[in-house]
Amino acid sequence: MAQGVCVITEFRGGAFRRVSFEVASEGRRLADALGEPLTAIALGDGVAAAAAVLGHYGVEKVYAVDQALLKDYLAETYAPAAAEILKTLQPRVVLSAASVDGKDLSARLAARLGAGLAQDCTALKIEGGALRAQRPVYAGKAYAWYEWADGATPQMASCRPNVMACLPPDPSRSAVVETPAVTLPAAAKCRVLSVEAAAGKVDLAEAQTIVSGGRGMKGPENFAILEELAQLLGGAVGASRATVDAGWRPHSDQVGQTGKVVTPTLYIACGISGAIQHLAGMGSSKFIVAVNKDPEAPIFSKADYGVVEDLFQFVPALIEELKKLKAAC
Amino acid sequence: MEVVVLLKQVPDTETVIKIGPDGKSIATSDIKWVINPYDEYAVEAALRLKDSQGANVTLLSLGPQRAVESIRSALAMGADKGILVDDPATEGSDALGKARVLAAALKQLPFDLIVCGHRAVDDDENQVGIMVAELLDIPHLALAVALEVADGRVRVERPIEGAKLKLEAPLPALVTLGGAHAVWNPRYASLPGIMKAKKKPLEIKKLADLELPPEQVGAAAARVRVASLELPVPRQAGVLVPGDTAGKARELVRLLHEEAKVI
Repeated sequence: MAQGVCVITEFRGGAFRRVSFEVASEGRRLADALGEPLTAIALGDGVAAAAAVLGHYGVEKVYAVDQALLKDYLAETYAPAAAEILKTLQPRVVLSAASVDGKDLSARLAARLGAGLAQDCTALKIEGGALRAQRPVYAGKAYAWYEWADGATPQMASCRPNVMACLPPDPSRSAVVETPAVTLPAAAKCRVLSVEAAAGKVDLAEAQTIVSGGRGMKGPENFAILEELAQLLGGAVGASRATVDAGWRPHSDQVGQTGKVVTPTLYIACGISGAIQHLAGMGSSKFIVAVNKDPEAPIFSKADYGVVEDLFQFVPALIEELKKLKAAC
Repeated sequence: MEVVVLLKQVPDTETVIKIGPDGKSIATSDIKWVINPYDEYAVEAALRLKDSQGANVTLLSLGPQRAVESIRSALAMGADKGILVDDPATEGSDALGKARVLAAALKQLPFDLIVCGHRAVDDDENQVGIMVAELLDIPHLALAVALEVADGRVRVERPIEGAKLKLEAPLPALVTLGGAHAVWNPRYASLPGIMKAKKKPLEIKKLADLELPPEQVGAAAARVRVASLELPVPRQAGVLVPGDTAGKARELVRLLHEEAKVI
């Protein structure tokens, strides 16, 4: 009889990623609603020693597989390890983060386990002892509630980053860490050839604040003022498709239906008209500020705060005011 | 080298979404159907391998009759042949069901490399490609923004949060593509290409042709399903910040700090 909620965590560069704490927190809420235990799976190199911290977010027991082979994520090694643990554990619900590796691993695992998976969920609840998951479709132009067939366990869901609230960590709670033996190949057939870190950039999909530029920026060199603004706010710089197609900004900065879907607390759109595909990508930002000299720009119909101004005059003024605020606080 | 591209037909991204009468799917009248943009990038990646290494490119799609149009478009781009699995028994399949159909069809084809988009821009499920790889017991590399094949291995560039990875897998393997239009620049079909496409082989297959038991697919086999579909609460316009340039800047900072409390 399937029981409990199990969270698959992400360990990278010697630490658990913040999304793991978000997912653990959500797992805690679901486990409480079910009246069942919360466990976690932690895979990586050096993960066992760090795993007890998951207890701060309500995880009761962690199954850690700690091996050099698991230093970099590969579905080839992570999926068999996680699947073996899950087959013994038989949880009712399996959660992971809808991060790059999280979505990758969940899909491979779901096929391996013959399970139903809902990716990139923005809300989860328990109804009648079963999971219900809400997720955006058509890049957020609609939202679907998913349900699982009777007896179809585990019910798997990946959680969109930056949406589910993290519990305040409670250092008095500690998780029991077990290190089960799992069958792993001696070496992987796939190889990581190189890892190139992007110099201190916050990832758009996980950023709390995003400053974005569109065609109104008129050229790549003008993004410097947006970079300055983003830095002041501790955020990331995004881009509309027009600027990426023009070669002004890298494709990894593209926000929109065929770019990244983002969920920041604050999205500042500069010189962006607000095409339907762009709105699909940033429409669930908590607060939207639009700066555009065209009062008819569609983006104003979605912005909480609209600024009808020439961005080349306004953004420097905004930067000055923010510096004053920072100095005063 | 044999390359198979998995192709899905989806509503154009300009589509204004309306909920259909069953409350679980979208209204499909007035929709312009196109190749899923990420699958179009996969067609382009496959055609580049055709150009550089003489690869054969086969298209494989699961869908209703109208998907033939998308296969013809990809044939017009330069692919060699197309296969459509069109069987009402597959309707209502979840991602796993769809992956089972595609995997069954792939088992009947020679392949060294399978490429597809990492997700389709309709349901955004982000699963089918990877599930196909698991069912075929081959390695996969997902979300590639660059791809090359040499010496029996496929090499990709894959962005993760805060970094870019270079990875390789031995063939046969499956690669899903990420990136954007500006990354892959899928070629347009030329007029000669469109004419040639009409004569290229396009097979329609049924479930029975794939030796896949019907109880493995379709609504009854689905482990997860959509219970209801709704439009988001429409976002209303907020306020236009008043004042001259400097005044607007001051007022916006005040609003963000005191009202929204985000800075």
